[in-house]
Amino acid sequence: MRRSLQRITPQLLTLAALVALVTLFFPNFISISYDGTRFVGPIVDVLKRSAPVALLAVGMTLVIATRGIDLSVGTVMAIAGAVAAYAITSGFGLPATLALALLAGLAAGLWNGCLVALIGIQPIVATLILMTAGRGIAQLITEGRILTFSNNDFAFIGSGTVYGIPFPTILWLATAILVAALMRRTALGLLIEATGINRAASALAGVNATVILIAVYMASGFCAALAGIVATADIRGADANNAGLWLELDAILAVVIGGNSLLGGRFSIAGAMIGALIIQTINTGIVLAGFPSEYNLVIKAGLVLVILVMQSPNLSADWFYLKTLISEQRTARAERKEAS
Amino acid sequence: MLLSITSLSKSFVGTKALQGVDFELAAGEVHALLGENGAGKSTLIKCMTGAYKRDAGEIRLDGVSIDPSSTAEAQALGIGTVYQEVNLLPNLTVAQNLTFGREPRRFGFVDARAQRTQARAMLEPYGLDIDVDRDLGAYSVAIRQIIAIARAVALSGKVLILDEPTASLDAAEVRMLFTIVRKLRAEGLGIIFVSHFLDQVFAICDRVTVLRNGRKIVTEKTADLDRVRLISHMLGRDLEEAAHEHRKHTEAGDDQRGPLLTFEAIGRAGMIEPFDLAVGKGEVIGLAGLLGSGRTESAELLFGVRTSDSGSASDQHGRIAHGSPREAIAAGFGFAPEDRKVDGIIAELSVRENIILALQAKRGWMSKISRQEQDALAERYIGRLDIRTSSADKPIGELSGGNQQKVVLARWLAMNPRFLILDEPTRGIDVGAHAEIVRLIQEITKTGMAVLVISSELEELVAVCDRVIVVRDRRHVTELAGADISTDAIVRAIAQPEAA
Repeated sequence: MRRSLQRITPQLLTLAALVALVTLFFPNFISISYDGTRFVGPIVDVLKRSAPVALLAVGMTLVIATRGIDLSVGTVMAIAGAVAAYAITSGFGLPATLALALLAGLAAGLWNGCLVALIGIQPIVATLILMTAGRGIAQLITEGRILTFSNNDFAFIGSGTVYGIPFPTILWLATAILVAALMRRTALGLLIEATGINRAASALAGVNATVILIAVYMASGFCAALAGIVATADIRGADANNAGLWLELDAILAVVIGGNSLLGGRFSIAGAMIGALIIQTINTGIVLAGFPSEYNLVIKAGLVLVILVMQSPNLSADWFYLKTLISEQRTARAERKEAS
Repeated sequence: MLLSITSLSKSFVGTKALQGVDFELAAGEVHALLGENGAGKSTLIKCMTGAYKRDAGEIRLDGVSIDPSSTAEAQALGIGTVYQEVNLLPNLTVAQNLTFGREPRRFGFVDARAQRTQARAMLEPYGLDIDVDRDLGAYSVAIRQIIAIARAVALSGKVLILDEPTASLDAAEVRMLFTIVRKLRAEGLGIIFVSHFLDQVFAICDRVTVLRNGRKIVTEKTADLDRVRLISHMLGRDLEEAAHEHRKHTEAGDDQRGPLLTFEAIGRAGMIEPFDLAVGKGEVIGLAGLLGSGRTESAELLFGVRTSDSGSASDQHGRIAHGSPREAIAAGFGFAPEDRKVDGIIAELSVRENIILALQAKRGWMSKISRQEQDALAERYIGRLDIRTSSADKPIGELSGGNQQKVVLARWLAMNPRFLILDEPTRGIDVGAHAEIVRLIQEITKTGMAVLVISSELEELVAVCDRVIVVRDRRHVTELAGADISTDAIVRAIAQPEAA
C-alpha cells in the first residue's frame, strides 16, 4: 500500500498544485455546500464530469500495460449509448437495456482483441478500424437521429445522487477500485505486466498471452460501454456523432499523466484516475477562472506539456545531476575553506 | 598490412565481449572471421566500422591509427560493410541507392541523368546490366547484395566486410557472389568474410581467424587447416581434462533409472528431419552441432514452441500433448531458451516475480501465489542457486547474465518439471557462474529429473551428458553414449559427412 502511494506521489502533488492554482484565480473553487439533496460546488462538478474519461482510463490502463492502445473507446461509448437509448425507447426494462449496452462494449472489445492477439495487427491500427467504422454503426442504430428518451431510472445513472454524491462519481470510483482489486488480489496484474513487457518470454513461461490480450481489450470495451451509458443517461439521449468524440485521447492522456508507460509493463490504475481528475480540473478550472473560451485548448495543452515535462524520467535524471553537482560544489567549497 | 588490430577489448555491462583480440588483413586477401554466436564476431566488426567505441587496443589502417566514431566515418576512411540484411533503401531506385548521399548535382538539383550514368558505370565492373531506374526492392536479395557491394567498394575501397552475405542466397547466386569477391581480391581489396558455412570458407578464404568467448583462438591459412581442426577451434576442446569429470552414470542408483518419455518421429519440414528420442529418468542428454544445424529447432519442437508435422510423445501412462508451451508445461516440461534476454527474462519484473511466473501461470490467475509463498520461493532459490542480487525485488534486467540465467533456471525448478530443456545455458556468462550451472545440472538429475542440454561448448557436454546426439544439416546423425563421449568424437561426427 505504501509503495503504491509512493508511486503516485508526483501525480497527487500535481493535482494539488493545479487545485491551488485554480483556487488562486477562482477562490470559490474548493467550496462545497449541501443544498438539502446533494452536494454542490466546483469540486463536486469535477468529480462528476471526470466520470467518462476516468472510466475509459481504467480499461485503457490495462490495454496500455500490455504495450497496446485502444483508439476505439470513444466510438464504443457512442455505440453503447446508441444501443442503450434504442433499447430503452423500444420498451426494454432498465436491466435488459444495461445488459445489452455492456454486451455491445464487450463485443467491440472482443473484436479488437482478436485483431490484435490472433491476427497480429498492431493495436493502433486494429483499434483505428473500429474507431472510424464504429460511429457508422452507432448511426445505423440511431438511424441518424439523436435518440432521446425520458426514462427517469435510466437518467439517474447520469444525473442522480446517492447520499448527495453524484452517481457517476460513485460508479467510476467503484469501477476503479474493483478493477484495481481484481488486478492485485489475483495474479491478473502480474500476468498482464509480464505479457506487456515480453510477450514471447511470457508465452514460453506458460502465460496464456493470447487470452490475456483479448481480455484486456474486452475490459476496455466494457469500461467504454459504462462511460457511454453514463454520457447517454446524463443528456437523456444518444448522439451518435458526438458522444465520446475525441475522449480516447483524453483517456490515453490520463493514463500517461498517471505515470504509466506507453511501452507497457508496470501499471497503476490509481495513477490513471488522478490523471483523469487532473484533466477535468484543467477543463473546469479554465472556465471558472474566467478565461475566454477560445483560450481553453491552448491553456490546456500548455498545462499538459508542463505536467509531462515535470514527470519525465529524463528530467528527473537532470534533477538528480543538478543535486549532486550542487552538493559536490558545497563539499569542495568546504574543503577549500578547511585547507585555508 | 592493410588493416591491423592489436589487443582490442570491449565490454558491455556484465560481459566482456572482446578481450585482447588481434586481427590482421592484407590487401588482396579474403579473411574469414569465424565463431559461434556470442564469440565476438559482430562486436569486432562493429568496433571496426565505428558502430561501437572500443575500450582498449588499436586499429591501424594503412599503418595509421584510426578511431572511427560512426559508420560514415569508417566508410570515408575506407572500411565498407555489407550486411546479411542489406542496409539499403528498398523504396528508392537502384541509381538513388548507389549515389545516395553524394548525388551528382546541377544548379543545386539532383542531376538524374548523371546519376543514372554514374550508377550504370558503378555496376558495370560487376557484369550487372539492370534497369537502374527501378526500385531496389524489385530485385532479388543477391542482386541487392551486389549493389550494396558496388556501393561499399565505391565509397570505401580499401576494406570490405561481408557479414553473412550468403545466408539467404541459393547455390548459383553464391557462385555469382564469389566471382565478384575473387575479382575484388585481385584488385587488391582486403575482404573480411563472416559466415557459418564452412564449405564456403574453404572455397574462397585465404586465411581464417577463429574467435571464441571474446578471445582470438587462432589465425591460420585455410590451406593448412582441415574441417575437424577448424570445428574444434570453434567449439573449443582445450580443456580436455574436463572429460575426467565425466559423469559416472552407470554407478548411479538404479532406483531413479528407467524410461521417462518417448518421442517418435518429431520433425517439421524446413526445420529438422523427423527424429526419435527416448528420455530416461535422471538422464542428461546433450545436443551437439554447429549453429543452424537444427539444435534449437529440435528443442522448440519438443517444447511446442513450433508444432511438429508428425510424430507423438508418450510416457508410461500413454500419449501426451505438447503442441504449445502451455501443454508442454502441463506435461511437466520446462524450457530455458537460447536468447535469454529476448525469450527468457521479463526484464522490468523483479527477480521474485520472474521466479514465480511459470508457477503462477500454471496455477491460473485466480489462485494468486501469496506474497509469503512468493518470498519463500524466491529466498529458497536465491539461496540454492546462489543468485547474486541485492534484493528479491530488484528488476532482473539489472542482474548480470549468469544471474539472469540462474533466475530462469529457478523459474523452472520451482515447477519441479520431469524434463528440462536448456538451450545454451552457459552462453555469455562468466566462468564462475558457468561451473555452477554445470554442477547444478548434475545435482538436479539426482532426483530423477531428465535434462536435455544444447551447447556449443563441447567440454561442457562431455562433462555432464550421459548421451550426446549430434545434429548436422537439420538431421540427428549420430548418438554417442557413455565412454564414447569425447570432444574428439563429437568434432569428428560434426565434421564428417559419413557418420563416425
